[in-house]
Amino acid sequence: MQLDNLYQEVILDHYKNPQHKKLSASYDAQVHHINPSCGDEITLNVTLDGQLIKDVSWDGVGCSISQASVSILTDLLIDKRLDQAQVIADSFMHLMQSKGTEKGDEDLLEDAVALAGVSQYPARIKCALLGWMAFKDASLQALAKQS
Amino acid sequence: MSFDAAAIAKDFPILNRTIRDGKRLVYLDSGATSQKPNVVIDAESNFYRLTNAAVHRGAHQLAEEATDAYEGAREIVAEFLNAEVDEVVFTKSATESLNLVSYAIGNAAPGTRFHLTSADSIVVTEMEHHANLIPWQQLAQRTGATLKWFSVTEEGRLDLSNIDSLIDSSTKVVALTHQSNVLGTIIPLDEITKKAHAVGAVVVLDACQSVPHMPVDVKALDIDFLAFSGHKSVGPTGVGIFWGRAELLTDLPPFLTGGSMIENVTMTSATWAPAPKKFEAGVPNMAQAVGLGAALTYLTKIGMEKIHRHEVELTSYLLSGLSEIKDLRIIGPKTTELRGGAVSFTLGDIHPHDLGQYLDSQGIAVRTGHHCAWPLTRKLGVPATTRASVYLYNTTDDLDALIAGVIGAQKYFGR
Repeated sequence: MQLDNLYQEVILDHYKNPQHKKLSASYDAQVHHINPSCGDEITLNVTLDGQLIKDVSWDGVGCSISQASVSILTDLLIDKRLDQAQVIADSFMHLMQSKGTEKGDEDLLEDAVALAGVSQYPARIKCALLGWMAFKDASLQALAKQS
Repeated sequence: MSFDAAAIAKDFPILNRTIRDGKRLVYLDSGATSQKPNVVIDAESNFYRLTNAAVHRGAHQLAEEATDAYEGAREIVAEFLNAEVDEVVFTKSATESLNLVSYAIGNAAPGTRFHLTSADSIVVTEMEHHANLIPWQQLAQRTGATLKWFSVTEEGRLDLSNIDSLIDSSTKVVALTHQSNVLGTIIPLDEITKKAHAVGAVVVLDACQSVPHMPVDVKALDIDFLAFSGHKSVGPTGVGIFWGRAELLTDLPPFLTGGSMIENVTMTSATWAPAPKKFEAGVPNMAQAVGLGAALTYLTKIGMEKIHRHEVELTSYLLSGLSEIKDLRIIGPKTTELRGGAVSFTLGDIHPHDLGQYLDSQGIAVRTGHHCAWPLTRKLGVPATTRASVYLYNTTDDLDALIAGVIGAQKYFGR
């Protein structure tokens, strides 16, 4: 059934075993983002080492899509450089806006391609993007502190 | 004759369509907006087709007919609420109605009846929809008045134990919902109106979840102002009702100003037409008002008492069916005593959005989230719930589908 495109095993696995879901004691920037239409909330910490993303950790409440998406994000972006993260985030954003016409670049997005089905459900795209928006905000704040 | 919801459903064309690859539509989201019967769709479109003209202006036949249709709708609303015709104000929504009364109170000049200062207080409840909370928060901020509220108990009832300290001589407004859109709770209005009137406060009732579902008599309720929305009452979107007692509407300053609502205008000043025109600036949503008239006529023909009894029966059936599902927790009263047909629940670790998405795949439409009552869901310790809400066209078949859907979701996400 079409619903299986949305709820792939990878997503339910990340939902049940979320990665890096424990806020680090120290961080360069901490943000709190809310999805006002549904009440999902996330707190996300970012630690940089120059241009390297040293750590991303988070806590929050939300649906399986929002929780799995941020869990996948942490696996993907930790130990990447900010410019690499930007390429990945742009690709993920593009996939979310594809209305089900694209499968996503698995070499680049890894587990995040499992979220491709979200793009067929307009009301759920913002769920998948909650963590990514929080990361973008936090990494910019962390970067600003370096200058 | 017993209530025939299946026959009623045939009046609503949308209920005949299928959803998600041929599934029968099971519509359980009437608390958000109701579906529309053909008589309403026809009344609204026939207004445009046959009688469209700006009401209360124009020296031509169409203007006369449009005015008759619009004012005829006002008479229907008045009769529906047991109100006087001039007490009924058309707005664009219940939200606008509640903003109207809060802004109008804020516009009252010092020394006049409704003027608020920092010595005054406004009382609301913890179970308000944002539409009956934020306007009062804002009014308190603008005037310096204190905002107070009734708490909600774990069972989802209003806690009236501190009513004497909440409503005191400083209280000028008590604004509260008649029936919670999240919990389904019907509030014990009598005790509150008596106390409010004893201290000289006015009672503003958000009746969005009650007027469409049960007989509401504004005189018998002894309230001062009331708001409800057309689209939740099988009527069109874009039309709401603001009702106020005649002598209060006389003293209440206007909210929106402009055409139609004036008595006399010079370059530097204006005086106001009497109510209801004082509160209807600009060309109103005429086709929608006429559609609402058709909607209330339709509901009256079926009978509000019968509709209410039908919904109580459905609610009882639903509560008992849901209570047998493992890990399902009903958020709100668990019996039909003082309770309407909005039933919220959580289901173990399955997030409401995921449950709602699964139900949608089965053709079942429910609402998920905080239901525009975020302080309430936070107080109850649930970031979000799933809500099924019933109306006159729902049957026990719809509820059986929901119950099977919930169990199906447990299997689906438990894999």
